[in-house]
Amino acid sequence: MEKKLPTIEIIEKYCKGCHICVEFCPKQVLEMKGFVAAVKDLEACIKCMQCELRCPDFAIKVTA
Amino acid sequence: MSFDYDKWLRPGKLPHIWCPGCGHGIVMKGLIRALETLQLKKENTAIVSGIGCASRLPGYIDCCTLHTAHGRAAAFATGVKMAKPEMNVILCGGDGDGTAIGGNHFIHACRRNIDMTYIIMNNMIYGMTGGQFSPCTPTGAKASTTPYGNPDPGFDIAKLAIGAGASFVARGTAFHANQIDKLIVEAIQHKGFSVVEILDDCPTTYGRRNKYKSVIEMMNRLKDVAVPVKAAEKMDPEQLKGKILTGVLHKQDKPEYCQEYAKVIERAQGTAR
Ligand SMILES: Cc1ncc(C[n+]2csc(CCOP(=O)(O)OP(=O)(O)O)c2C)c(N)n1
Ligand code: SF4
Ligand code: SF4
Ligand code: SF4
Ligand SMILES: [Mg+2]
Repeated sequence: MEKKLPTIEIIEKYCKGCHICVEFCPKQVLEMKGFVAAVKDLEACIKCMQCELRCPDFAIKVTA
Repeated sequence: MSFDYDKWLRPGKLPHIWCPGCGHGIVMKGLIRALETLQLKKENTAIVSGIGCASRLPGYIDCCTLHTAHGRAAAFATGVKMAKPEMNVILCGGDGDGTAIGGNHFIHACRRNIDMTYIIMNNMIYGMTGGQFSPCTPTGAKASTTPYGNPDPGFDIAKLAIGAGASFVARGTAFHANQIDKLIVEAIQHKGFSVVEILDDCPTTYGRRNKYKSVIEMMNRLKDVAVPVKAAEKMDPEQLKGKILTGVLHKQDKPEYCQEYAKVIERAQGTAR
């Protein structure tokens, strides 16, 4: 059966590039692209919501 | 499932003013999750603050809000609560606002045990005005006003609140984001003056001056120093050196001010003797 991938939405106009989501993602799903966060490896995401929880700027939403 | 913060935010206010990696945003999200958990009514909830970066918080939240004078959140909030005791009154602000200029209001609100919840965001510095030391700046730390290191010891806000008479006192950190809403929920549910100190970070005026290479280093420090109260019971003083206790530190039943004041009114009106 095919694995259902989550949607990770990064609201670029809110992201301040603090690196928190990138650093505290346990699966290295995210990376910095210039000043904002971006998805690098969606397949690896375990939907733990750590990035959404920790982002100080309401800039990341994970929908399982 | 993604959490719907938008429901509690005033439209068009984001991005907020806080710097990249500032912990105040993490605390605000915790408060919003607590409001949602408790299903509080916006028209029945007042969020009151003083002045400072932390005190900007109420401006973003779609409830009844008051942004008042520096250090005076407790005074204004007491007015709201006395006029409308049925309202949920939540105060928030920084360590400078609450323990320096507002220190007096803080201890007396604790002593009175009035049914309000005070969320104090302790980044150990005056962030907004460029990094002057606050009563919570640790000994030895650098601030714009202590370039050779702070000679003063910092306040322990939780101990201060307990000593002054607050009937619920808890502490969390911006690293332990998951716990923030839970502590705030318990604090709001408690009848009496409840204090929730959240240790957070000011990368802009504290981090840089104190040789933190990044926001991540500041977050990891919070992770390293925090010890849950339960775990601390099994540790000896040596192991607890330099650690900071987190969780619910104090909880006590005692007379609440609005209820006591209602009795005074009854007595004055001669309806009770
Ligand atoms: C009566 C008065 N005195 C001084 C100030 C200047 N002032 C503004 S914010 C602030 C300190 C804020 O520090 P804190 O409460 O820790 O908030 P932070 O910015 O660190 O979040 C000071 C001294 C003021 N606004 N009003
Ligand atoms: S949900 Fe968890 S695994 Fe997925 S990107 Fe966020 S932090 Fe990483
Ligand atoms: S935590 Fe939020 S603000 Fe920080 S880099 Fe990630 S998305 Fe951007
Ligand atoms: S100056 Fe400090 S406290 Fe103020 S918004 Fe920036 S990081 Fe936060
Ligand atoms: Mg401060």
